[in-house]
Amino acid sequence: MQKKRVFPLGQGVLYLLPSLLLFGMFVFYPLLDSVKLSLSYVDLMGEAAGYAGWQYYREMLSSAQFWHSLGATLLFAVYTVFPGMFLSLVLACLANWKLRGIGIFRTLFAFPLSIAVAGASMIFMMLFNPSTGVLDYFLQLFPLPAVFWLSDPNWALFSIAIIAIWRSLGFNTIVLLSGLQSIPEPLYESAHVDGASPWRIFKDITLPMLSPTLFFVFIVSVINALQTFGEINILTQGGPVDATNVMVYAIYRDAFFNQNYSYASAESIVLFLLILGLTTLEFWAMERKVFYR
Amino acid sequence: MKKFLQYSVLCFAAALILAPFIYAIIISLETVEETLTYPPVLWPSSFAAASYGKTLETAPLFSFIANSFVVSFLVMAGQLATCSLAAYAFVFLKFPGRKIWFMVFLSTMMIPWEATVIPNYFTVRSLGWLDTYQGLAVPFMASAFGTFLLRQHFRSLPQEIYEAARMDGCGRIRFFLTMVLPLSKPILMTLAVYAFLTTYNQYMWPLLITNTDNMRTVQIGLAMLQWDQGISWNTTMAGIVMVSLPTILLLLFGQKQLVRGLTSGSTKG
Repeated sequence: MQKKRVFPLGQGVLYLLPSLLLFGMFVFYPLLDSVKLSLSYVDLMGEAAGYAGWQYYREMLSSAQFWHSLGATLLFAVYTVFPGMFLSLVLACLANWKLRGIGIFRTLFAFPLSIAVAGASMIFMMLFNPSTGVLDYFLQLFPLPAVFWLSDPNWALFSIAIIAIWRSLGFNTIVLLSGLQSIPEPLYESAHVDGASPWRIFKDITLPMLSPTLFFVFIVSVINALQTFGEINILTQGGPVDATNVMVYAIYRDAFFNQNYSYASAESIVLFLLILGLTTLEFWAMERKVFYR
Repeated sequence: MKKFLQYSVLCFAAALILAPFIYAIIISLETVEETLTYPPVLWPSSFAAASYGKTLETAPLFSFIANSFVVSFLVMAGQLATCSLAAYAFVFLKFPGRKIWFMVFLSTMMIPWEATVIPNYFTVRSLGWLDTYQGLAVPFMASAFGTFLLRQHFRSLPQEIYEAARMDGCGRIRFFLTMVLPLSKPILMTLAVYAFLTTYNQYMWPLLITNTDNMRTVQIGLAMLQWDQGISWNTTMAGIVMVSLPTILLLLFGQKQLVRGLTSGSTKG
């Protein structure tokens, strides 16, 4: 009897063991180690050599570059998340039309999912090119002044955001579409019977029913925005004049170019706290949704 | 008339979304001179596919693609194994602390990879895994998201089959292998496609830990094309088109699966 009760305990954890080992080694240990490194003097080989206290945090918090970087990160999130969600909501509504062959359009709308970050960045590098790029050519047809997409500090972050938006459209549209499809049909039918206008139907039925999905897409988009790295590494390297030096890029540069591991670790912890806050918000909201059902 | 309008709007939207990639294809078929003229040439005069051959001569694209395939397959296989085992335990085995362990799993989703990248780099370096497949793949072989996805599905399997199988003296492992996994093929496919895509598209980690051409993955190889001598827009775009083919095909054939699996978790309360 005794044995039987102990056995499932051991075995249950045994099934988790492969995952737990990997998480321990590549998620939990490095997080703790980041904390340790941020509080230590670290040599060029990455070995902690003595306790430094809050020195690197103080240095970071009093550095204008850090605040600029944090600002650029949040601004980038604003640039990508709201336009990205608006566009994918429009696309999802279009893809929800009941028409023959709509499946083809759904597949086409998902297409950006299949173009990875390097490919997308280099296609846009060509489109953004000031001398041969097609975007400036179209602008001048209208005629609008040419934009130095990637070399103008006022535009660079926005230009990178355009790429990120394009890349996120596929996933967001797919998720929002399935959210739209899960809205029960009778709701629409009774609204039609009542003679409600399409805008009223959208505002009073679609949006509220879609709000859980919208919230999910919102959180995923924000987290993705905060982690954007490839586009910046390929196209601007954080420049011009730090305009695109977002947190993730600052961590990369401070750690692997300036070999300032302590400082970069302190920045990592800030990034972690930022994302921790957002995911906590997500779980909290999901929990609430479950309660109110 | 209304239908015609609707189709026009759909076509316009699709064209806008596809435009960057279509333009990349067009450029890949132009001559070097055409890519450099202003105003930009929007339609190639000769549809020269020579750029494709030239790209393959300058950069070992196939070897990059092969590397990415190896790494993506390793991650995919690893995640299928670790995630299905863990999800199985969470759903069918009643062991103490199960809820807490599940929270431990979920908490890994709150830790961004970028925040742990410095110690991870040191770990992989001290293991001697720089420039190796295991260095690229092993850190990603467990996934809280994948476990969560499979758990949601396993929970929808009738619990009675577990009781019945146990009554018949079916072992836990055998039940897992002969009942749970075959009944979960669609969701396993979803996870497989998802794991493959995300690994194939990885950028920061392979950039950090690969130094030699013969270990470079596709994304890094592609980004390096711009620094290569003798490379111009048409060859670069040809490279992008070739490298994107596997993921385009994967998405074309796996999309239904991916969509159904991924969205079942996010839109159900």
